[in-house]
Parts: sequence; structure tokens; C-alpha cells
Amino acid sequence: MNVLRFLSQNHEQVLELTAEHLWLVGISTLFAVLIGLPLGIVIARRPRLNKLVLGSANIIQTIPSLALFGFLLPVPWLGQRADRLAILALTLYALLPIIRNTYTGIRGVDPAVVQAGLGMGLTDTQLLLQVQLPLASSVILSGVRVALVISVGLATIAAAIGAGGLGEFIFRGLAMVDDRVILAGAIPAAVLALAADLGVGWIERRLQAR
Amino acid sequence: MHPSTVGPVIEFRDVSYRVDDVHVLSGLNLQVQSGETLVLLGRSGSGKSTTLKLINRLLSPTTGEVHVNGAPAAESDVIRLRRRIGWVIQEIGLFPHFTVERNIALVPAIEGWPAARIGARVEELLRLLGLSPDLATRYPHQLSGGQRQRVGVARALAADPAILLMDEPFGALDPLTRDELQREFLSLQKTLHKTVVFVTHDLREALRLGTRVALMQAGRIVAVLTPQEFLRSTDPSVAAYVRVFGNGLEFAENRGD
Repeated sequence: MNVLRFLSQNHEQVLELTAEHLWLVGISTLFAVLIGLPLGIVIARRPRLNKLVLGSANIIQTIPSLALFGFLLPVPWLGQRADRLAILALTLYALLPIIRNTYTGIRGVDPAVVQAGLGMGLTDTQLLLQVQLPLASSVILSGVRVALVISVGLATIAAAIGAGGLGEFIFRGLAMVDDRVILAGAIPAAVLALAADLGVGWIERRLQAR
Repeated sequence: MHPSTVGPVIEFRDVSYRVDDVHVLSGLNLQVQSGETLVLLGRSGSGKSTTLKLINRLLSPTTGEVHVNGAPAAESDVIRLRRRIGWVIQEIGLFPHFTVERNIALVPAIEGWPAARIGARVEELLRLLGLSPDLATRYPHQLSGGQRQRVGVARALAADPAILLMDEPFGALDPLTRDELQREFLSLQKTLHKTVVFVTHDLREALRLGTRVALMQAGRIVAVLTPQEFLRSTDPSVAAYVRVFGNGLEFAENRGD
């Protein structure tokens, strides 16, 4: 197993790049949640904005990732540092599943429950915090899960603009035509994606069980 | 039934409600007196539920005014208004992620009652509705249909509102459980004297529970009668409703098998 040997010989660098990778994915998903959750809530309440917001998020999603990194390069403050750029791009990609699932989750709450809440005299905020968000939480989380898994994959491409992460190994391996090096990036990335998927999936099930 | 000296608790004045060009309700005039159970009877789509939702402002009239406690509902604070009106619906609408206890305590909790008072109130209501105290920590999906509906009623009563709106509350229950709950409703009403507006399409339920019965047809009130008057009425629509329900029994008797 040459790959394993390569991994253990270079374990310091593997760990470093994995940490970078996690940082890129974690911070961008966090931003995406901070932006996407409120947007999802807004369009769930004002369905007229729905097409505009989901449409825009959809369009972003169709831009090839390498092209998006390229487009963002000339932007003043962002272009100065590759990791800023990568985080912005990853955030944009992660928005769609989070906005969409927040919207679907809230709209999917049993109308009888919502109407009962309103009829009992809950304010809009109370309805949102006590009823709609808790009942939508597992759907919203599954959006976060999709966003995380997509980001882990996409973040490997961030290495193309020098933002670091496990993509470094992949691009280096490609340049060196060395499978071991490619796999040294690809395998940890796949493990990260699986771990994110399983981890959030577990939380989701915990929430559903109630 | 004692006619109130302070005027009706709920009053509809020339109310109409339209959605686009569809007249859901037209020319509605109705007074509900303190302590009475007014039943809105009619087939699906006759505007019963809409009428109910105009009272707690889940809907607003296109024209006309709805008065609650002598003041126009449209001018009152909608949140305050709703918290003073109990609301029970057929789908129950219990919060699935709240325990029975928290469901019942909903309005007291958002009204900021101290915890001890809420606890005592929940206990009292469980007893009042004939629910075992063990149920307090269960979730709605762990209850039977009848238990859920009782919790729904307990929740509506929690902050002791003077008005109770009930939208086919027993509609989804089996006949025996329904009979039980109707009986309990009557005995509760004897001690609580709430002003109740009760929606149903079931004539038997209407005659059993109502102080007065308002028959609705295509968005209009056809007649408002006491149960006795209702059975004797010669009004064609009322008579037709009574006949259809009577038929069921006659058919059964005449089957001869």
C-alpha cells in the first residue's frame, strides 16, 4: 500500500492540509447558514420573493467552480488572499441547499399547527422560534448536510487558486502524474465528506426522534 | 340561558367576506350572548369556519364589522384578542414537539405566568378534562384521538378565556368517543358558562350542544333557532336538513334484516 506509506511519511503535511480544508469548509458553511437561514425564513413568509432568491442561488450553483474562482480573482479586497476568495465561493455554493431546505422545512410544517399557533395568539416571532424552526429543524439540517458534503468536494478545487486544503495534493499529484499523491488528497477528503454526512445525519435523526 | 344586560359578546354587523370575486359570506348579522353555545350548522363550504375565523381575526371581513366584547375586533390588538379567545380545531393542531403539559401551558407561558401557577393550572385542566396526570409528559403522537382532542380543549381553556371558538372539534372522532366528549362538553359548560361558538355539520351534535343553532347555506345565515324550534321549523332549508338526518334512522328501521 504505497498510498498509506506516503500518507504516514507525510503525515504532518496531511494533517496541516486537512486542517486547512476543514477551515475552508467550516467557515464557509457557517457563513452560508448565517446568510441562508434568514433568507429561507424571509422567502417562506413572503413567497413572492421565493423565485428571485431561489433563482439566484440556483444560478450561482450552475457556474462552474473553477470559473467562479476565476471571476472573483480581480475583486479588490478578496483577490488579495486566496483563502478569502475560496471561502466566498464556497459560501455561495452552499447557499442553495440551505435556503431551499429552510424554505421547504418551514412551508412543510402542518398548516393546522401553524393556524393553531396563530389562533392561540402567538406573535410571528414566537411562531417562528417555538413552532416553525423547531419543526423544520431536521429538514434544515439535511440542507446543511448537503452543503457540507458539496463543500468538502469543492474545496479541493480551491487549491487551484492557492487557497490550500487537500486539493494541493491532488493538483500536485496530477502535475507529477503520481497516483499516490492524488490519493493522499482524495482519500482524506472523501473521509471528511463521509464524516460530515454521518455526523449531521446523526444529529438529524436525534431531532426527528422526538 | 339568560339574556345578557350588557349586550352581545360577539356581534356580526352586515359582514361579508370575499376572496377575489367569490362571495364566501354575505349579509351576515348575528349576535352571540354571554354564556350561550351558538352552533353554526351547515354543509361543507357554507362558510361556517370562515365565520369563526372572522371572530379571532384569522380573517378580516371585506365589508361590515365584527364586534367582540362590545368593541370592533378590527381595532383591538390582534394578539391580545386571540389570547382572550380559546380556539379548538378539528385537526387539533397540538404542537407535535411539545409535551401535553407544554401544549396546555402555551398561552399562560407566553402570557408570562409564573411557573408554579402554570403547573397548578395544567394539573387542574388535566383533571377537569378527565386526563390522567401521567399524560402530562407524553407527546401528542403517543395519545389516542380522544385524548388529543381533550388536550386541545384544555389548551384552549388554559388562560380561562370567556369566549371559546370550536371548529368541528369532535369531527374526526369515532362515534362513541364523540358521544363521550359531547357529554363532557355539556357538563363543563354547566360549570364554566363560556360563550361558545361551535361549528359542525352534524345536526345531532348541533341540537345536543347548542343553546341556539344557526343554519348556514352558501355563505348566508338561513335561520337562527333554538333546538326545539329547529325541529319544528317549516322553513324549507331547515326542514330539509332535519329530514336528511331523520332518513338515516328510518332507513335503518325499514331495512328489516
